[in-house]
Parts: sequence; structure tokens; C-alpha cells
Amino acid sequence: MKEVFTKPKALTDVPFTYCPGCHHGIIHRLVAEAMDDLNITEDTIGIAPVGCAVFAYLFFNCDMIVAAHGRAPATATGIKRVRPDNIVFSYQGDGDLASIGTAEIVHAANRGEKITVIFVNNAIYGMTGGQMAPTTLQGQITQTSPYGRDSRTMGMPIRICELLSTLNSPAYIERVALTKPAYIVKAKKAIKKAFQFQVEGKGFSLVEVLSTCPTNWGLSPKEANEWLNEKMIPYYPLGEFKYVEEVS
Amino acid sequence: MEERLLMKGNEAIGEAAIHAGCRYYFGYPITPQSELIAYMAKRLLKIEGATFLQAESEISAINMVYGAAAAGGRVMTSSSSPGISLKQEGISYIACAELPCVVVNVMRGGPGLGSIQPAQGDYFQATKGGGHGDYRLIVLAPSSVQELVDLTIKAFDLADKYRNPAMLLADGLLGQMMEPVQFKEFDEKSIPSKESWALGSSKGREPRRIVPFDLDPVELEKIVNRLKQKYQDMQKEVEYELVNIDNPDIVIVAYGSIARIAKTTIQMAKKEGINIGLIRPITLFPFPYKVIEDTADNVDKFLVTEMSLGQMIEDVKIAVKGKAEVSFYGRTGGVVISPVEILEEVKRLLK
Repeated sequence: MKEVFTKPKALTDVPFTYCPGCHHGIIHRLVAEAMDDLNITEDTIGIAPVGCAVFAYLFFNCDMIVAAHGRAPATATGIKRVRPDNIVFSYQGDGDLASIGTAEIVHAANRGEKITVIFVNNAIYGMTGGQMAPTTLQGQITQTSPYGRDSRTMGMPIRICELLSTLNSPAYIERVALTKPAYIVKAKKAIKKAFQFQVEGKGFSLVEVLSTCPTNWGLSPKEANEWLNEKMIPYYPLGEFKYVEEVS
Repeated sequence: MEERLLMKGNEAIGEAAIHAGCRYYFGYPITPQSELIAYMAKRLLKIEGATFLQAESEISAINMVYGAAAAGGRVMTSSSSPGISLKQEGISYIACAELPCVVVNVMRGGPGLGSIQPAQGDYFQATKGGGHGDYRLIVLAPSSVQELVDLTIKAFDLADKYRNPAMLLADGLLGQMMEPVQFKEFDEKSIPSKESWALGSSKGREPRRIVPFDLDPVELEKIVNRLKQKYQDMQKEVEYELVNIDNPDIVIVAYGSIARIAKTTIQMAKKEGINIGLIRPITLFPFPYKVIEDTADNVDKFLVTEMSLGQMIEDVKIAVKGKAEVSFYGRTGGVVISPVEILEEVKRLLK
């Protein structure tokens, strides 16, 4: 029988633990497809974060390590320095990367560490039950912003791609979404490019993926996609923020 | 015979690490260990394939160590008291993941920002785990620049042997002191291969997973029990020095630079006809309980002296099991105890 659809080889057979409508599953698949396409799975070392994606260590079919909350870019740095010939990626959420791990991501990017970062921004803390994230939108209700995020006391949501793009060292930074088939095609290209940059030794690459959290947003998967399109994309514009062929 | 070199303590630690095959160092500047990070920069940046990295913080540095250790590198970080506090979460992860690394603590006065003068207030933190959860570090306590060298090398070997973080617990006095040292020939082949467990290329084998957690309580308990067994196995690594231990009037228990000062006290006391013995723990974990207990069968009085409010004294009391009187003399804040002070305390106790 002709095979028309198959699971990427870079994914294990362990069933995902994610909620219905959550984008982590799609993102895992895109990362795995990029690894398959580039034929790098056996040489890849992945870093799972603290948060919903902590179980990523079970899902990817390559060597994996679980890092402390926010510290994945530091752990990735240590691994890459010992194993420069391996491909090293971190998979991080918004609380992990944009709050507790802000120093680590800024400095790993600024050193131009030759690593790939997959940054999943769903504007909320998922695993701990829906608290305000640094990327939570203004007015957005969460457990710790029960009256809506008030920028006067809670600050404005952080735009990580824009922030990191002010640095000279990063080679490739792009923001993508997954709410339309066309977006998914673009996201797949971006994630593959992020790994390709590392394969070619070009330097630090990061793809921010806007993602849903229907469970903690209190929306159905369909409504969550709509909310992402209507609320998140206007504040977090999609596109390429940095693309440097040769990093000086 | 090997060449004798005059070296500053902090630099001697760095040279010893490189001598022992350490090729990865991640750190953050802090007094009084700044010469060590500078030395690692000077040396490692000139060695091809080696990494010296000044991290953005102590927290990042220890998490870089976590990654480098997981990838099979012989790796070290160093700091001083407040910086070591910042590293504790990472050390706990490394212990749980059973990865080898060396952490150097050149202790200074605390608590808080404390002072930059020598102290021994981090004994509890070093020997009882320091971070969250049930774990222990291998803790070695040098008392001369030569021992900074020898015990740094030993720390790497023990870390690899037990796949556990090892701490070199020095203090600002040792770090800043200059003494002649010798480096014994080191056989790089003695470094155990990490290819059977380290992360790397999974070609021809199952992918490996280094996971410092388990949400299933029964499974996590198994991990903790495996660590416990390892800590019991480490008991055979106990090391200590005994001085003048035949029939003394009193026995001092001290480690690090204070043990060395106590040796001067012993000489001074001899002239006055007072016979003082010394037990100097060299491994603080595992702690030399047995030799202290055995000594307590023949000696009535122990004096524990530390640059702290009294931390190691708790282990000495556990060892003595009530068989002898255990007293304490300490100074804190970065004040170094003088030999005369210790002698006066001894005289008071023997009165």
C-alpha cells in the first residue's frame, strides 16, 4: 500500500501528553520533520524545558536532557561547547524563556551560541494552571491577573523576537503561527531553516511559535485559534526579524 | 623530581584543574576567587577545543556545567560563598542527574553580602547538600596550597568515580596565600570514559535521556535510594590527618586553614607542657566519624574550632556520641582565628 502520511522518524511512539487543541503537538511534529529532512536526528541533542513540554524528552527520538526552568540556553551552551559537531536545540515556553530565563536567552543570543531555540509563546503559564506570562496580552485575564493584565503595574507583554533582534550576534530570528495551513507551511520552513543555520555553523537561531492554550484560556480549540489570530498576531507580528548569511 | 613552583592558591587550583584534564570552565567573577577565573581564561583560551566562558551569572554558569557534564566534558566552576548560594539549584539538578563536575568554593564571610575576608560559614551548605532535596556532594577541605592542587585533582577523580558533583571547600586565606607546589605526573588515560552514558550522537544506539525528575513518587524514591547507596559507598573515601594523637590532654578538631593555625597552637602549647592533639578532616563528606569516635574513647575533651558560629561541631558531636566533652571556639565575619586565641581557649578548658 502506498504510504501517504507517516509519523516523522524523529518522534518516538510515546503518545503526546498535551491537551486537545494545544499547538505543542504540531510544533513537535515540525521540529521532528526538520530533523528528518536534514537527516540530523542521530546527531541532535535536545533540551526539554520545565513546563508542559517537560515531557518532550520522551517524544523526540534523539538524545535529550531536561534543563532547569529558564536555563535551557545555558545548558545548551555547555553541551554545544563540549560537542560542537552535534546539533543542539532547546524547546522553551514563554514563562521559561521570557521570564525566569531572560538573562540566559539574551546572553546565549548575544554570544552567538551555535544553537537552535524553539520558543513557544502561548501568552500564559500552562502547566502550573494558567498564570500570567511575560507575554500575556494587556487586559488578558489569568489566575494572577484576575482583573486583566494592567500595563501600569504589570508591564507590557514582551516581544522576544524584536528584543533579541537588537543584538548583533543572532543569525536568524523569525516569528510564526500555526492557525492556518499556509502559516504551518511557513512555520515548517522557518524551523527547518533554524536547524539548517546550525548545520552550516552560522550561529544562533530562534523561531518563536505563537501557540494556543485552550485549557487555560478557557476557550474551545477553534475559539483559541480565532483568539490567537485576532489578539496575538496584531501584537506579535509574524515574519523574519533577522537573517544574517554570514555572522561577523 | 617534579619542579617546585611558587603559586598563589587560586591559581594553583586552576593549574591543577587543567593538569587533571579539565577543559571546560564556566564561571562568574567574585572576590576572593577572582584570580582563579582569570587563570582559567588565560590558560583555557589558548588550548584548542577547550572552553573558558564568563557566564552572565552564577546561575547560568552552573547550568552550563550541567550541560557540559551531560555531554561528557571534564568541567569545573568556581565561586565564593554568595555565588555558591546562587548555584545551588543547578547543583541539585546535577546531583539528581548523577553527573560529574567540580565546584570550587573559596569561602568568604557571610551571611548576606558578608565580607570578602576568609570564613568557614558554608560548612552546612557544602556538606548537607546545599540545595533542595536529598543529596550530598563529595566535599574536600584543603589546608595548604599543595593540597589545593592535590585535592582539586582528587575532586575530579572522585566526581567521575561516583558520577556526583564534588566540591573543593577552600577559603579566602588559602586562595590568596602563596606557597611552593609540585604537580605529580597525571595520566590522562586515568580519566574514565563517559561514552557509555554521556549525550552525543545516538548513531548505532538507543537515544539517551538525562532526566533529573520523576513525577511518579515511587520512581523518584528509587532514584533517591540509588543516590543514598552511592553516598554509603563513598564512606570508604574518608580521609583525615592526625597530629600528636597519642595521649593528648585535649584534641582539637579543625579543617582547612584553621587546622593549619591549630598546628602552630600545638607547637606553642608543647613549650608550656600542654599536649594537644589534632584531628583534621580532609573529606568533610564523607565525614571521618569513626576516627573521632575512637579517639573519644581515650580523650575527655574536644575543642572544635572554626571560622563560623559552629557548624562542623555538630558532626563532631554526632561522632563523639557523648563520650567526651565537646567545646567550641569560633570567630566569624571574616576574622581569622590566631594560634594564641586557640591556646588561651585550650588553657581555659583544661583549668
